[in-house]
Amino acid sequence: MSDIYMDNNATTMVDPAVVEEMMPFFSEQFGNPSSLHSFGNKVGMALKKARKQVQRLIGAEFDSEIIFTSCGSESDSTAILSALRAQPERREIITTVVEHPAVLNLCEYLETEGYTVHYLKVDNKGRLDLDEYKKLLSDKVAVVSIMWANNESGTIFPVEEMAELAHNKGIMFHTDAVQAVGKIPIDLENSYIHMLSMSGHKLHAPKGVGVLYLKRGTRFRPLLRGGHQERGRRAGTENVASIVGLGKACEMAGSHIEFENTHVKAMRDRLQEGILAAVPNCFATGDVENRLPNTASIAFEFIEGEAILLLMNKVGIAASSGSACTSGSLEPSHVMMAMGIPYTAAHGTVRFSLSRYNTMEEVERVIAEVPGIVAKLRKLSPYWGENGPIENPESAFAPVYA
Amino acid sequence: MWDYSEKVKEHFFDPKNAGAVADANAVGDVGSINCGDALRLTLKVNPETEIIEDAGFQTFGCGSAIASSSALTEIIKGKTLDEALLVTNQDIADYLDGLPPEKMHCSVMGREALQAAVADYRGEEWKDDHEEGALICKCFAIDEIMVEETIRANNLHTVEEVTNYTKAGGGCSSCHEAIEGVLTRVLAEKGESFMAPAIGGAPVAAPVVAAKPKPAAKASGNLKRIRIIEMVLESIRPNLQADNGDVELVDVDGKNIYVHLTGACNGCQMAAMTLGGIQQRLIEELGEFVKVLPDTEMPVAMEGA
Ligand SMILES: Cc1ncc(COP(=O)(O)O)c(C=O)c1O
Repeated sequence: MSDIYMDNNATTMVDPAVVEEMMPFFSEQFGNPSSLHSFGNKVGMALKKARKQVQRLIGAEFDSEIIFTSCGSESDSTAILSALRAQPERREIITTVVEHPAVLNLCEYLETEGYTVHYLKVDNKGRLDLDEYKKLLSDKVAVVSIMWANNESGTIFPVEEMAELAHNKGIMFHTDAVQAVGKIPIDLENSYIHMLSMSGHKLHAPKGVGVLYLKRGTRFRPLLRGGHQERGRRAGTENVASIVGLGKACEMAGSHIEFENTHVKAMRDRLQEGILAAVPNCFATGDVENRLPNTASIAFEFIEGEAILLLMNKVGIAASSGSACTSGSLEPSHVMMAMGIPYTAAHGTVRFSLSRYNTMEEVERVIAEVPGIVAKLRKLSPYWGENGPIENPESAFAPVYA
Repeated sequence: MWDYSEKVKEHFFDPKNAGAVADANAVGDVGSINCGDALRLTLKVNPETEIIEDAGFQTFGCGSAIASSSALTEIIKGKTLDEALLVTNQDIADYLDGLPPEKMHCSVMGREALQAAVADYRGEEWKDDHEEGALICKCFAIDEIMVEETIRANNLHTVEEVTNYTKAGGGCSSCHEAIEGVLTRVLAEKGESFMAPAIGGAPVAAPVVAAKPKPAAKASGNLKRIRIIEMVLESIRPNLQADNGDVELVDVDGKNIYVHLTGACNGCQMAAMTLGGIQQRLIEELGEFVKVLPDTEMPVAMEGA
């Protein structure tokens, strides 16, 4: 039996059709798109086509609003730093506590440079308080950066509404849509979103290519200056093969968006329901009514995520965890902690993220394997008795913490 | 993910002494805030001999926490309490053929559980004497609290000093930004500010400058260079002529070699490529760096000078 890959929020398989589109650009189509001769010209045409394909998927009004970058993280940094440089008199940023490190670590660094960053909190389902948000909107704010969908819980934020609120106050709005693009419909032309980040490898294009969408007219300061590539907004000879691949992947994502929200969603729902029914003391995290169709984040109480992943890996199932141990950091997932999930459950969260390449049969296999794995680890757990958690687990087992 | 040894995997997938010892007379409960991991160690100690007759563990934690617990119980079974207390966390790590630096604290937790259990048996109160912080230096597994306390205790001011006292930052040096951050914070508490050297890094010992041998006087000198240059241009000429172009040597001024491109080669996009190609050949043949420039870029002699 082949292994089961349910870690598509981490990265995805490059679609074979995407690979096929890319191949000529490693060999015969090697020209530099900036060159005048025919070697370059054809490559330039290929970039143009890819730009159109991306434009269509995210509903941008103009293809010149698409800037190719090297990854989602670069797009995030470019957007936020551009807003700060273009408006030096504005020294505040609004973001959330559950952003990806691509935004969070940058913001923490910017604080050391004297910027004020407001981190919106989330409730126990991972939702934002829009009243808190509205109060922070002022002419001191250079940019609002809010992720469209959370990579760990899949929770979707109301970014379109939030963008409009910011726009009406004359504030730039950026969204990290790395997890959203290709999974839910996006229509930027009819939104007030000024900047949006996406990344190729989350939607079956290769790693190392991304996009920054920049609404026409939005003031911009490039991160990389140099050549005139991307109309002078992102210097550096284009990663042509990957951009061509990204274009193809966007086209395919567009034609599968309904499949994603029906079939993939049905597989995800079955997976969650099957596991919750078979395993005691576990629950789904995040705003389950309002999340990406492919993501289920399940917290297994009293056991730890890395141990679960290792045992799942042994039986050929790949997923990921918000446990501290898998990241090498001090705390378990900042997303789980922000939702107020207790330590003993936050450590045991497992994220299953599906794609159109999964099958219902795989889902059933995972449902069959998980209960045994959880039971095996609970047998080792000091919080677990014969048939369930010990009484008052948190006080009955209260170790001396170092 | 982690680079676990076979031994770690073995003790994780098939742990020894899992579960509580039924008639235990010593219990140690400890946790590591670093990972959120926690461990209960139960021992059956022979009251006459103080020999550990049985040991069992219950662990809430990652793969290496479970493996470290399993290893600990294997190591201490059959030992007296005093012998067991000599077991260090490094012994546990060694028993497992090593742990990744991020996971060394799992072995620390094992040793502490043992101390706590022995204290419990002897009716003493066990207090943890060390704290753990976020890992700063991955090369030598040094955490933030260790760095911070060492800076305070020894009044350190530079990254280099921190490296000398703790080893942190002495390997790949990627953590120097983080160490600077700790220095900035700790020094600020004392009202001092952290001053970094301009470039940073541990100062490299000044290389011993050997007296440069004078170049052997070459009789042919510049003439020989010009001959080589002519020879290279000669060998390239047929290619250029095939494209209705040509090249001529105009002047040699130290490192700058001026040539005159004619015909199809002149002025087009290919000119720069041609010059670059000639330059590359010349660098190879002359064994020195030279610059090939079009004669149009020759410095114009100043009028009347
Ligand atoms: C929400 C989010 N933002 C940004 C990124 C970073 O994207 P990239 O890996 O292309 O830099 C990721 C990927 O992990 C992500 O999930």
